[in-house]
Amino acid sequence: MDHEEEKNASDVTRRSLLGTSAVLAGAGIVGSQLVDPVAKTAFAAGSDEPIRIGFQAHRTGIGTVYGKWYERTTNAAAKYINSIGGIAGRPVEIITEDDGTDPKRGADVVEKLATQHKVDFVYGTLFSHVVMGSAPRAGELKIPYFVVSEGYHVASGKLNRYVFQPCITDVRSQITAVSSWIFGNLGKNVTIIYPDYAFGYDHRDYASAAAAKSGGKIVAKIPIPMTEKSFTRYFIKIPQNTDVIYHVMVGPGVLTFVREMGEHFGSSHPKLFGFIDSLEGVNITSPGLGFLDGSYFWEAMPRYADGYDTIGSRFYRNAVGVNDSGASKSDPKDVSTYSHMFGCWETLFAIKEAVEQSGYKSKKDYGTLIETIEGFSFFNEGIAHPQGSKFFRGETHQGYGQQFVSQVKNGKLNVIHRTSISDGMYEPETDYRKQSL
Amino acid sequence: MSTWLNDNGPLLFLALLDGTVTAFVLALIALGLSLVFGVMRIVNVAHGELFMLGAVLSWFAFDLTNDPLWGFLTALVLAPVIVGSIAIFSDRFILRKISYHPESTIVATIGLLYVIQQLTLMFFGPEVRPVEAPFYFRIQFPWFGYSGYKLLVAGMSALCLSGVWLLMKRSKLGLYMRATQQDIEIAKTFGVPTQKIYASVFALGGGLAALAGVLVVPIRQADHLMGLEPLLLSFIVVIIGGLGSIRGTIVAAFIIGISDGIISVFYEPTLAKMLATLLVAMVLVLKPGGLYGEDQA
Repeated sequence: MDHEEEKNASDVTRRSLLGTSAVLAGAGIVGSQLVDPVAKTAFAAGSDEPIRIGFQAHRTGIGTVYGKWYERTTNAAAKYINSIGGIAGRPVEIITEDDGTDPKRGADVVEKLATQHKVDFVYGTLFSHVVMGSAPRAGELKIPYFVVSEGYHVASGKLNRYVFQPCITDVRSQITAVSSWIFGNLGKNVTIIYPDYAFGYDHRDYASAAAAKSGGKIVAKIPIPMTEKSFTRYFIKIPQNTDVIYHVMVGPGVLTFVREMGEHFGSSHPKLFGFIDSLEGVNITSPGLGFLDGSYFWEAMPRYADGYDTIGSRFYRNAVGVNDSGASKSDPKDVSTYSHMFGCWETLFAIKEAVEQSGYKSKKDYGTLIETIEGFSFFNEGIAHPQGSKFFRGETHQGYGQQFVSQVKNGKLNVIHRTSISDGMYEPETDYRKQSL
Repeated sequence: MSTWLNDNGPLLFLALLDGTVTAFVLALIALGLSLVFGVMRIVNVAHGELFMLGAVLSWFAFDLTNDPLWGFLTALVLAPVIVGSIAIFSDRFILRKISYHPESTIVATIGLLYVIQQLTLMFFGPEVRPVEAPFYFRIQFPWFGYSGYKLLVAGMSALCLSGVWLLMKRSKLGLYMRATQQDIEIAKTFGVPTQKIYASVFALGGGLAALAGVLVVPIRQADHLMGLEPLLLSFIVVIIGGLGSIRGTIVAAFIIGISDGIISVFYEPTLAKMLATLLVAMVLVLKPGGLYGEDQA
């Protein structure tokens, strides 16, 4: 199978460029100010050389469901950005390559995008092992690499100065933000069930740290291998005195996980708190998920429209073609990965803001661009950042936003708590600005 | 001893129960691979994909009928037939063309694996889709509950295994199959239509894989990548049991299933996988033909 290649060039033609005036093309306009959804296409005359953004997509492999929605969101964002005048007056062109959700291929894709397609930036990766595999290559090629992964790998200092995660909060911050709510509202004795690899360890370690702070106690830690298909044998290890089961399973086994947990416990069971990662792309009313009724979930951005109804979020939901229940408008059975894909939309706007504020023209301006981003401290809530405002730390290259806690009731996720950005803050562990460019 | 049992009794019970269910499912999945290897002497790397097709077709049946029981029954009949036909087609137009040459068939079935997997991705999509069990009940033991449907799957699997056993031992087709397995040249001289036997065995192997897919999908889910794990496990079972031996397949499935149950409950699931792989290596070194090596089914 050859790598597929797709060029999603803007709909903009030369004629439309000449036919309209360059109104919105000025640098320095941040996304949040671009509130006019019907703004005319308007690229500055003489600057129609596109900004080429290489999109590393999970089109095949275990990340395919996320990949599909990441791609839809990316195309919707590019289309909208082009309709309001592009980036610094230049049209945006997205060049997509499949990484097979594979770290090795991820690194190859970064290289192919940088050297063959000669893109300005590489962007979009989700799965943390792919990010870990690809980031060193981006560093070697000295090309800015924007990830939408939520892993703690960027802020931990394990990567390099060319890697940014501006618009999706990292796992450590998410856990820190919701843990105090869990221990305060659901119970003190928590059993944590997590996937037996890096992403799971972040949950294990930072939930334990948060427990120590809020007077809670992790009574058992149960790691489950990623490839596991049957979970019955793990549930028997949950101690009797458990008040809350904190679960964060990912991968194709998730529905089995929930159903078997229901079979194991029956009607009397500890309270459940899960990360929505488990159910991204999955209909909450799927057979076997009835057991989740009454349980709680972390969401980064509420799947159901009534959970967070702002002008920006409504505009965004409509632009990516998602209905009020979080599924595709054209196929209600096609449920989105709503708590993650907003990161794609927002990251493209972060790139736009970075290019426009740094005066970036070509690859020789990478240094200025990177220093400009490192100088950012906020992204304002709005159409460009529909999930909410972000606090950005230049030293860790990581953005931080609000989080939501939702409860499953009547086959629907209902938002019951929203954290503030400060709930999720921790001491930075690295300073990428000290690395040379 | 008695205090140990008091403390660990429920754990041991669960380990044995879960292990037995795993063993029956494994035996059913591996059976088709074992038959194909035994009679045709080829390794069907696409075996896991045929299992996946069974599961995916089961989802379509569930989606179309919109009723768990009817969907299940429809899939139970149609999926093995459809997948069996695909197998016959592959036998006629791929395997026969390359004269069942051992190395070429491995490469050809790897190709088949990718074709089936990618076509499924195109028509079924990347999602993991659940299929509702035809009926649902929960058995409450004093210490934990267990899925009644899982026990049914184990029972159905035992039935299928007995059926294949009878087919091999008592029917004319079984006799022809055993004859072809023992010595294809002599079988030909005695008028066994080996070409047809090959097609039938490949279809039977595919049909069994699909049947396993239909039975298992309500306790797992359907997705286009689900074929890989059963393929690996089938290889482990078939290598330990001895290629082409039904008895060996069943014994090996129980060794793997029960030890997996006990080791994962008392120690680590990863350790169970490691030991299974180690066992394969030891069998290959000490008894290359497997436990029931050239045993005639």
